[in-house]
Amino acid sequence: MKFKAMTAIAAVAMALPALTWADADDDELVINGEIEIVTKAPAPAFMEDTGIDTIMSGWHFRSDETQALEMDDFDNPGMVFVDQALETWNTVDGSEGKSCASCHGAPEESMVGVRAVYPKVNAEAGELRTIAMQVNNCRETKMGAKPWKYAGSEMAAMEALISVQSRGLPVNVAIDGAAAPYWEHGKEIYYTRFGQLDLSCASCHEQNYGNMIRADHLSQGQINGFPSYRLKNTKLNTVQDRFKGCVRDTRAETFSPGSPEFVALELYVASRGNGLSVEGPSVRN
Amino acid sequence: MKLASLTLAAALIGGAAIAAEVGPKDVSFDEYGAVATSLTGMPGDPEAGAVIMATKSKGNCVACHEITALSDAPFQGNVGPMLDGAGDRWSPEELRGLLVNPKKMFEGTVMPAFYRIDGFNRPGDGYTGKAAKGELTPLLSAQEVEDVVAFLSTLKDD
Ligand code: HEC
Ligand code: HEC
Repeated sequence: MKFKAMTAIAAVAMALPALTWADADDDELVINGEIEIVTKAPAPAFMEDTGIDTIMSGWHFRSDETQALEMDDFDNPGMVFVDQALETWNTVDGSEGKSCASCHGAPEESMVGVRAVYPKVNAEAGELRTIAMQVNNCRETKMGAKPWKYAGSEMAAMEALISVQSRGLPVNVAIDGAAAPYWEHGKEIYYTRFGQLDLSCASCHEQNYGNMIRADHLSQGQINGFPSYRLKNTKLNTVQDRFKGCVRDTRAETFSPGSPEFVALELYVASRGNGLSVEGPSVRN
Repeated sequence: MKLASLTLAAALIGGAAIAAEVGPKDVSFDEYGAVATSLTGMPGDPEAGAVIMATKSKGNCVACHEITALSDAPFQGNVGPMLDGAGDRWSPEELRGLLVNPKKMFEGTVMPAFYRIDGFNRPGDGYTGKAAKGELTPLLSAQEVEDVVAFLSTLKDD
C-alpha cells in the first residue's frame, strides 16, 4: 500500500518536467515590430528551491491567436484604455485645479521605468505602495480629488498608460531593506493554502504550470503583463483583481484589492518576475 | 391505527439509516489513509459516480484527471495522474480514503478532500468569495463518495 502510493508519486514527478517544458512555447514577442519583450529569463536567485529555473510570461501559455493580439497595438484591445487615460492625465480634477500633467508633464517622459520598480517602499510615508496607491495619493493630497476605486476601470486604464511607458524594460522590484518585511509577508501568503479546495498560489502556478486544469493552461502566474485585457470579461483587469479571482476559485473568502495582504502579495509575485520585460497592457483569455 | 404504526416503523428505519451515515468529522482512516467501511452502509452506484466525476458542480474530477471511460466530458486536465486502471491499482477502501481526504495518503497533494469540513484557511461560501456561513458542507455527500468509489472500482485494464 505504501509502495503503491510511492509509485504513483514517482510517476507524477517523472511526468512533470516533460509536460511543463513541452507546453510553454518558444515563440518570441516583439510589439509593433520594434519593442522586444523578454518573455523568458533565468529565475531570480531566491527562487532556487522552487524547481523553476526559467521564469516565463503568461503570454507563452496562450494560443497563437491570443498571442498575436499583443504583437501590434492596433490589434491590442487594451490600447484603447491607454488613450482614454491619456485624456484623463491631461484633465484637471479636484479642488486644487491640477491634472496629472501639471506635476508630471508628459507621461512619455516622466513615467518611463516606473512600472518596472513598483510596488516600492515610499520612505517618507514609511509604507509599501503599489502604483494604484501612489495614483490615489496624488489625487487626494496633490489634486484634492476623490480617490478612484482601487481596482476600478479608471485605475486600470491609468495603470495601462503608466505601464506602456516601460514596455521592454526589465521588471526590477526591490525586495531587501525596507521592502523585506512586506516581501516576507507576501511570500507567506503565496504558499498558504486557502479555501475548501485547500490550494495555494504555488499549488497551481509553481507546481503545475504547463499543465491543464480543465480548459485552462496554467501559467506561472506572472504579473509583468498587467494590467491585462481579458477576452473572457472584455475589460482591462488589474493585478489584484486577478488575485481575487484566483483566491475565490479555491472556495475561499478572498482578500480585498488594496488590502495589506494583496499589496504584499503583489510585491512578492512581481519579484518572481524580476528580469522579464514589462509587457502591459497584455492580452489574455 | 395500523397505518399510523406502519408510518412510525418507516420513520424509524429512515432515522436508523441516517444515523448509520458516518459524518465528515467521524471518518476513521487506517495508518495508510484507507477507509474500511462504506460511509452510508450502502453500496455505491457506478453510473451515478461517472456523472459526478464529470460534472463541474460536483466532483469535477476531470478538471485534473484524464479518464478514457469519461471521454465525453470535454477538457480533461492533467494536474493529476490518468485514472484508467485505478480499480486495479487501488482497493475500494483505498479509493474511499483518497476521496475523503487524499492528504492522508499523498502528503501535500493538491487534490482536494471531498468529504471534509474543517481545517481550512478562510473557507468561503462556495465560489462567492465571501466568508462561509456556519458549518461547511463537504464537496460530495457520503453517498456521492460511495458512488464515485463504485465507479472507480470498475476501471480495470484487463
Ligand atoms: C486552482 C488553481 C489556481 C490557484 C490556486 C491560483 N491560480 Fe492564478 N490562475 C489560475 C488559472 C487557471 C489562470 C489562467 C491561466 C494562467 O495564466 O495560468 C490563472 C492566472 C493567474 C494570473 C494571470 C497570469 C497572466 O499571465 O495573465 C496571475 C497573475 C495569477 N493567476 C496569480 C495567482 C496568485 C497570486 C495566486 C494565489 C493567491 C493564484 N494565482 C492562485 C489558476 C489558479
Ligand atoms: C486539483 C486537482 C485534483 C482534483 C480536482 C482531483 N484530483 Fe485526484 N489526484 C490529483 C493529484 C495531483 C493526484 C496524485 C497524488 C499526488 O501525488 O499528489 C491525484 C490522485 C488520484 C488518484 C490515485 C491516482 C492513481 O491512479 O494511482 C485517484 C484514484 C484520484 N486522484 C481520484 C480523483 C477523483 C475521483 C476526483 C474527484 C472526485 C479527483 N481525483 C479530483 C489531483 C486532483
